[in-house]
Amino acid sequence: MDFGLSDEQELLQETVRGFVAKECPSPKLREIFEGQDGYDATLWDGMVKMGLGGLVVPESYGGAGLELLDLALVVEVLGEGAVPGPFFGHSLATLALTLGGSPEQKERWLPQLASGEALGTVALGEDNQAWDPAAWTAKVSEGQVTGEKAYVPYGERADLIIVGVGGGGLVAVTRESSGLKVEPVNGVDRTRRLARVTLQSAPCESLPEAVADRVRDAGLVLLAADAFGGASKLVSMAVEYAKTREQFGQPIAQFQAVKHRLADMITEIEPARGLYWYAAHAFDRIPDEAERAAALAKAHLSDCFMQLARDTVEVHGGIGFTWESDVQIWFKRAMFDRTFLGAPAYHLERVAQLADW
Amino acid sequence: MDLSYSEEYEEFRREVQAFLKGYWPLQGDEAKLSHREQATLFRERAIAQGYAARAIPKRYGGSEREADVLKARIIGEEFGKAHAPGDIRSIGASMLVPTLLEHGQEWQKERFIAPTIRGEMVWCQGYSEPGAGSDLASLQTKAELDGDEWVINGHKVWTTGANIADYMFCLCRTEPEADKHGGISYLLIDMKSEGVQVSLLRQMTGTADFCEVFLNSVRIPAENIIGKRGEGWNVSRSTLKHERNMIGSAEASRATFRSLLKFAKGVQLNGRPALEDPVIRQRFAQIEGYVTAHLYSGYRQLTLAARGQEPGLAAMLNKLTSTNIGHMLAKLAFDLVGDQALESPSGDEVMNLKPRGGQAWVSQYMWSLGIAIAGGTANIQRNVIAERGLGLPRDRAVQRSN
Repeated sequence: MDFGLSDEQELLQETVRGFVAKECPSPKLREIFEGQDGYDATLWDGMVKMGLGGLVVPESYGGAGLELLDLALVVEVLGEGAVPGPFFGHSLATLALTLGGSPEQKERWLPQLASGEALGTVALGEDNQAWDPAAWTAKVSEGQVTGEKAYVPYGERADLIIVGVGGGGLVAVTRESSGLKVEPVNGVDRTRRLARVTLQSAPCESLPEAVADRVRDAGLVLLAADAFGGASKLVSMAVEYAKTREQFGQPIAQFQAVKHRLADMITEIEPARGLYWYAAHAFDRIPDEAERAAALAKAHLSDCFMQLARDTVEVHGGIGFTWESDVQIWFKRAMFDRTFLGAPAYHLERVAQLADW
Repeated sequence: MDLSYSEEYEEFRREVQAFLKGYWPLQGDEAKLSHREQATLFRERAIAQGYAARAIPKRYGGSEREADVLKARIIGEEFGKAHAPGDIRSIGASMLVPTLLEHGQEWQKERFIAPTIRGEMVWCQGYSEPGAGSDLASLQTKAELDGDEWVINGHKVWTTGANIADYMFCLCRTEPEADKHGGISYLLIDMKSEGVQVSLLRQMTGTADFCEVFLNSVRIPAENIIGKRGEGWNVSRSTLKHERNMIGSAEASRATFRSLLKFAKGVQLNGRPALEDPVIRQRFAQIEGYVTAHLYSGYRQLTLAARGQEPGLAAMLNKLTSTNIGHMLAKLAFDLVGDQALESPSGDEVMNLKPRGGQAWVSQYMWSLGIAIAGGTANIQRNVIAERGLGLPRDRAVQRSN
């Protein structure tokens, strides 16, 4: 009985944490956040050089052959640092191919994705909150796909897009495909840019295994992990600010109103890391429980992240409400984590249904 | 992450199961003994087997086993399943005994530990006073040395079980000239002493589960002190680190969650089963998030302890997390009981009759507040988390008064 991380997993987190501190400090983060496309080649290259491009890709295809829990642990650290870039969509694309691709598709794509030579992403949701695979309407006919996919992470930059289609299937579409139109969306989270993808009889390849639900569940786990990392970072930002900001001749941290709020914030987030650990572990090892655990983790942690972001702005007072403050960067990541793949109320209802309540 | 137990522990679990199968419930003539006698008899056998009093040396009546949180947990699980009386969870066993082991004199350990862990000697805790709640160190109950006796005068409150206790461990002011914390001593009072008067304290629930104790010129032997004069505050604090309730509160929260869910299945709301109401479903799912997080945090703390690491901040959050969940569950329960909330959960005249069904949840609605206040209020927990957990500065008024 061991509800904890292995030495390797702790080392993995420390390594990534060190990388983020060095390669993505606040000024750099700010520059990418303000930038045109929310992408920094040096930062992304650094990440793929560390092997982050293919964490869950089997070793035989050039990846690290790790599990979702390992990937989620990395995502937690990236969430702490609000690291901008295409990691989330890319990781889900590698997972979709690993789980559902044919040997030939894996051979063709996974080594390139793992090495960073190619960038992947996933086009899952459609308009009107159609995040559930059962609600997708994109149609495949004779090797061509037609449909509208909303909110595709780094859709403009991706070389390979894994597209969710009606009936809960997945197809692969390449950047060069005819009939593919990608338009940027003015997203709220400038560290994870989005695009709208329109497919008009675009040539595609179907993934032979039905893994759309699994990919969605993995996405939920990763958003929960990101939310945990981000929320933990917010608490430490609020604590540091409260210790240094003085009003009425003392640090505001000395006022019980502020202290108690900070205590409530840490009480909200610290016990909740196990929700994403367990959801990831269930995805890897306990398939019967995976779907519900992922929904619960995402609903709980993303809601918590959003609330702590509000609290953190309040602890900061006026400065927290400015564009200049870094707090807004995490605030908007919370907005993304909370909404992407479905808001908490939607997943809480799924939690109820999956338990036959 | 591995949620199964290793073979060594599975083997240990089988041993515990076999023991329970052979010894509990008691058979034959032994089954005719009173509940308390049966429990005492069985507990002696469990101690002999090494399944109880594991942290207590053999010379004081314990089984003296190496600390092993996983074995302790397996014993807890298996004894729980068999409804067998394991380690006694009394105030004496959980608070006084660890204090004696750390600070007691040899004669005190020999005299008090064994009967306490067998359940034969019952203790109550004399800490809170009407004027000393969260600010416990401001307590005013006075003890003065007169020859070879302490003479004690004062008033203790919220003393659970004082009406049935044999002894009270009590914080008294013995050094009036010393500073606030340095003037306190830790004394042991025989409850049969002359001048000890106990009255029941009735709570808002209508039942009386606590007592008040009035001490009027109570005389006890001078040797009934743990630690030296003026060291009582530190002696009393040392017990806190023994209170390693890493998992108990989380499992209790889960049990309450499950029984409320079961209750909801039999209740109608807005003309349909309550669990079909979308708002009720959302609230259950939301609370399950907190309950599950709390439980996993307990598992993680247990894992860290098993690896010899400190759970640190996570352990400081257990009480507040647990009482927060208690509030959420109580509120949801209150919405499910409907009109039963108009009826008192206890007959006004009939004290201490445990309510059942919907009435139990009405009682729980009030009790969730009692639990949030007892043993360090939620607001005191927030101070502790903020100061010791997050390293925030102490309140200026508190800094001055110390």
